[in-house]
Amino acid sequence: MSELIRLQTPLTEEDVRRLHAGDRVLISGPLIGARDAAHRRLVETLKRGEPLPVDLRGQVVYYTGPSPAREGQVIGAAGPTTSIRIDAYSEYLMQQGMRGMIGKGNRGPQCIEWVQKYGCVYFAAIGGLGALLSQRIRVAKVVAYEDLGTEAVRLYEVEDFPVVVINDVYGRDFYREAPQQWRSLAAAR
Amino acid sequence: MQNGLREIHVSRITDTIANLCIDSCHDLPADVEEHLRQAQERERSPLGKEILGQILENATLARTQMIPICQDTGFTAVIVELGQDVRLVGGDLYAAINEGVRRGYKEGLLRLSVLDHPLRRKNTGDNTPAAIHVEIVPGDKITLMLMPKGGGCENMSALRILKPSDGEEGVKKFVVETVANAGPNACPPMVVGVGIGGTFDLCAYLAKKALFRSLGQHSPDPDNARLEKDLLELCNKTGLGPAGLGGDTTALFVHVESYPCHITALPVAVNTQCHAARHKEAIV
Repeated sequence: MSELIRLQTPLTEEDVRRLHAGDRVLISGPLIGARDAAHRRLVETLKRGEPLPVDLRGQVVYYTGPSPAREGQVIGAAGPTTSIRIDAYSEYLMQQGMRGMIGKGNRGPQCIEWVQKYGCVYFAAIGGLGALLSQRIRVAKVVAYEDLGTEAVRLYEVEDFPVVVINDVYGRDFYREAPQQWRSLAAAR
Repeated sequence: MQNGLREIHVSRITDTIANLCIDSCHDLPADVEEHLRQAQERERSPLGKEILGQILENATLARTQMIPICQDTGFTAVIVELGQDVRLVGGDLYAAINEGVRRGYKEGLLRLSVLDHPLRRKNTGDNTPAAIHVEIVPGDKITLMLMPKGGGCENMSALRILKPSDGEEGVKKFVVETVANAGPNACPPMVVGVGIGGTFDLCAYLAKKALFRSLGQHSPDPDNARLEKDLLELCNKTGLGPAGLGGDTTALFVHVESYPCHITALPVAVNTQCHAARHKEAIV
């Protein structure tokens, strides 16, 4: 297993170029929370030539739709959602300077190309750890599209938020590599 | 008791469903937790082992701090085994179940993930309606089985009508293909529900129903039970592993349900379930 890398957001292009598929990373700093419905609105806004409600330069977008917080909690469960549904919108956000995405599951071939082209990175958080991951979120507030409920755009402050690099700027795909590596390792035993 | 019928007021169904919604989203069933623990012991990939440990830690945290196991608290699937000697009073069964879902999701602070129409896509605001299946059974009791089914894994499910000549090998190939294709999206290690036989609609229902069975409980049909064991081994040979990041544990268990089928057909349905395999039941 690779050593843990600590990373502070927002990210620079240099930060992104140092990351490789399979790297395990602890992220601290701001994250922007947005999923399907918010992405759709962000892209519609861009297509109308209007400014976005959030500045995406250097930002990492976390695909999550949290459950409501109980009294005394920062947020409810807040694990990653399936990323491939967001692929259709990702290039627009990369053009606005987004440097990273956190979700779970495969990205399509086009999105993997865009990651290389725009100097971005796709991280996976472990799906189904909604309670555990919520403990790494220090601050959560809605910053746009409040009417979307769980799908509103949120600003998070996270501390040591654990992720794995899946798609790096070098075109590698850890979701493709990892099971293959394991099969050959298991066969050799 | 009237004319040999046991009267049950539907408000009891509403109360029970509300409790099951809250309980299932916070308390991972013992059978699932036990299989995760066994998998963690066996898993040879260090990263896979660590992830299985985190999944167990997440379950404990959810239970003790009352944080949902997963933020996707699902589309609520309900199977009702309604005893034929029960007479329901005080209202409509389906409305009573949906009222329970409404109350459970509100009081339990669970996420609302249901939209009014697949194309209009407006949130219904209370996670209703549930996906309700009713089976009439002998007796004077009602068994309510509830599963908050997450979207990530549900979306990777598949159904295919094979040719009878494809046989058991064809069934195995399709199931393993579906699991491999589901990959990290379905949050492995998965529980795999397989339906074989029946008609198009019934086959899909069998796959869903298979997921309601307790993990470790093999089919009473010896051929199905053998298929379950073979399929589990084949799924775990894909190398997908926990979270799809490589390892031995791709599936925790495979459940097969079968039904007679037409001379021309061999329908197979695969309903993939994530490791947060939440399901609870209660008898009224």
